[in-house]
Amino acid sequence: MTEQATGAHHPQPRARSAAQQPATVEHVTGAQSLIRSLEEVGAEIVFGIPGGAILPAYDPMMDSSKVRHILVRHEQGAGHAATGYAQATGKVGVCMATSGPGATNLVTPIADAHMDSVPLVAITGQVASKSIGTDAFQEADICGITMPITKHNWLVTDPAEIPRTIAEAFHVASTGRPGPVLVDIAKDALQAQTTFSWPPHTDLPGYRPVTKPHSKQIREAAKLISQAARPVLYVGGGVLKARATAELKVLAELTGAPVTTTLMALGAFPDSHPQHLGMPGMHGSVAAVTALQKSDLIIALGARFDDRVTGKLDSFAPYAKVVHADIDPAEIGKNRAADVPIVGDAREVIADLIVALQAELAEGRSGEAARERYAAWWRDLDRWRDTYPLGFDQPADGSLAPQQVIQRIGQLAPKDTIYAAGVGQHQMWAAHFIGYEQPATWLNSGGAGTMGYAVPAAMGAKAGRPDRTVWAIDGDGCFQMTNQELVTCALNNIPVKIAIINNGALGMVRQWQTLFYNQRYSNTVLHSGPESDGTEACAGTRVPDFVKLSEAMGCVGLRCERPEDLDAVIQQANAINDRPVVVDFIVHQDAMVWPMVAAGTSNDEILAARGVRPDFGDSEDD
Amino acid sequence: MTKHTLSVLVENTPGILTRIAALFARRGFNIDSLAVGVTEHPDISRITIVVNVESLPLEQVTKQLNKLVNVLKIVELEDSQAIHRELVLVKVRADNETRSQIVEIVQLFRAKTVDVSPEAVTIEATGGSDKLGAMLKMLEPFGIKELVQSGTIAIGRGARSITDRSLRALDRSA
Repeated sequence: MTEQATGAHHPQPRARSAAQQPATVEHVTGAQSLIRSLEEVGAEIVFGIPGGAILPAYDPMMDSSKVRHILVRHEQGAGHAATGYAQATGKVGVCMATSGPGATNLVTPIADAHMDSVPLVAITGQVASKSIGTDAFQEADICGITMPITKHNWLVTDPAEIPRTIAEAFHVASTGRPGPVLVDIAKDALQAQTTFSWPPHTDLPGYRPVTKPHSKQIREAAKLISQAARPVLYVGGGVLKARATAELKVLAELTGAPVTTTLMALGAFPDSHPQHLGMPGMHGSVAAVTALQKSDLIIALGARFDDRVTGKLDSFAPYAKVVHADIDPAEIGKNRAADVPIVGDAREVIADLIVALQAELAEGRSGEAARERYAAWWRDLDRWRDTYPLGFDQPADGSLAPQQVIQRIGQLAPKDTIYAAGVGQHQMWAAHFIGYEQPATWLNSGGAGTMGYAVPAAMGAKAGRPDRTVWAIDGDGCFQMTNQELVTCALNNIPVKIAIINNGALGMVRQWQTLFYNQRYSNTVLHSGPESDGTEACAGTRVPDFVKLSEAMGCVGLRCERPEDLDAVIQQANAINDRPVVVDFIVHQDAMVWPMVAAGTSNDEILAARGVRPDFGDSEDD
Repeated sequence: MTKHTLSVLVENTPGILTRIAALFARRGFNIDSLAVGVTEHPDISRITIVVNVESLPLEQVTKQLNKLVNVLKIVELEDSQAIHRELVLVKVRADNETRSQIVEIVQLFRAKTVDVSPEAVTIEATGGSDKLGAMLKMLEPFGIKELVQSGTIAIGRGARSITDRSLRALDRSA
């Protein structure tokens, strides 16, 4: 017999069990029990919209002094706001919706949180238990629908189960590899009389995340690190989730190895640090992409070898051995075989690695000796970095360069500003041209690539961190998907700042049409009108007028069209803190994101700019 | 590709079969056979799944299964160290001429005749898939009118029980 249960051999952190007897038993309705449970687990903010099936929960919600409900304009906004809140605060985000369409509108943000491992609890009303399965009004099998995109979900029809289920939901969402969960509660369970006591008895015998890494694997990893000549620390979002950034800095400086942080890990290692090579992947820096390709040892920490990082998988990092540490055992060996697999929490893994490397150091196999061995490696890295830095050209026609807009926002905003991006060109430029020095300052939809993420995520972040400036870097396409949440911001004193990088087009798709579809711009021009031939993005109409639209939603609307006005407009936006501000930056339509590895090709084929393949000195033609 | 038999111990909760079947479907793995039933512990069900995959994707299957919150334990039961059984009910065309030959085959395979009518006999047989396949091949010339097969169930040889540890886990939390 081969035992496959990976968790069974390790000491297991268990769900809070009912060791202590609950002090008092309250006689309440199911709805009151739900709100009391949310208070007890420490939920501060719930983003949501009421409706028939969830209506009973909204009555006691009104009386709660601990749980603040923010009434959004669309359930998708509630989901992304809860995600933004969770990513900015490190706490569990909570969203609430009614049955049927309310619940299905949460599907996109739940899928988004699932891809990016964000702790999220979605609470939905369900039709009365007797009506389940009858195609009742506003009935949808939301547990069935969200099964593949949640870590777990629960249907509650017995009011006595509410406290236990909420406790388990928060526990599952926030421990191990974090992720979204959904609790679907039948209306009659909310209405019925029940008892409430806390803490409830939780029961999760099959849920045993492994957090403590295996010491033998750690020693193996330390040995490989001390022997490597061209190591790279490949840092993913797991390092942020494990709050392991301080440990990462120690590890990086102890080894002297270069660091690359993925799109999900920006801020995990200071961008300004001399060992930071930038972001890897399809639009990564030449130095980071090439470092991985030429590396002889990849130390992957809380990263999952996503296709956007590896490019064509079988030609990714051909010379590298792999140390792969992740809290989710299923990620290890999924895409790339690991020479040293380590299952554990990134913070514990890194802390243990530091200790193991110090032992190697004491025996003279690491430290200065290793750093000398890395000297040749750093000469290569520095050459790539110096020859192919991130950059952009100013448009010849004197219009605004989108990269410059984003760069100046980053330079003029307060130090600990939180940035939220949508998905597309502006997201990549925001990843490139803003310096991230602190964890939890960069929110984006990495895995799912959800357009429309920025405005509601910024709202959630600002609600959770009112002390911080929150800038959303959004595209004009993304903005038109979820901008209604600016009404929520205006009415609930959530003064976010939104930069619309308005190139008049679905820019990233347009870029692909430019490069791969012979400049046939099929359905990517957003503001075309009767006068437009459908190909020139900015020559179209100004429909909608984002300034007027923003003003109509209770925000300050500004517009910037010329480079010479740029700083003044950004400073004007920075100075407004009593209302949301939207700045419509009219930028050049044909700016492109570089570097780029075309989809499906090898990372060796990275282009630093259009038609410019970096010279690594390895081409046989040279 | 090779066949692997996985015994999956799960909490006996609604929807668990959907969770497991959907996981196989969305990760692109085919289920060869599947059998579900309760165990000696009323709160635990045992799902026996036969999959046809190489060992590397199999590791991914078991890791993904382990992530399901209601899954308690997964054990691969290898052929040499476990007993695998399927159940077959087969209705074979029979008349006065062929009936005795069919009964002879039934005896050879230590199967049972469970129903007889002038035109057919119904046979119940248990065994591994090789034995049942051989028996069906022998019966085929007479004319198989209807065939129903269960999924494979399997149990490890020896005194050790795979449910022990999981039961303890469940008892602790009770």
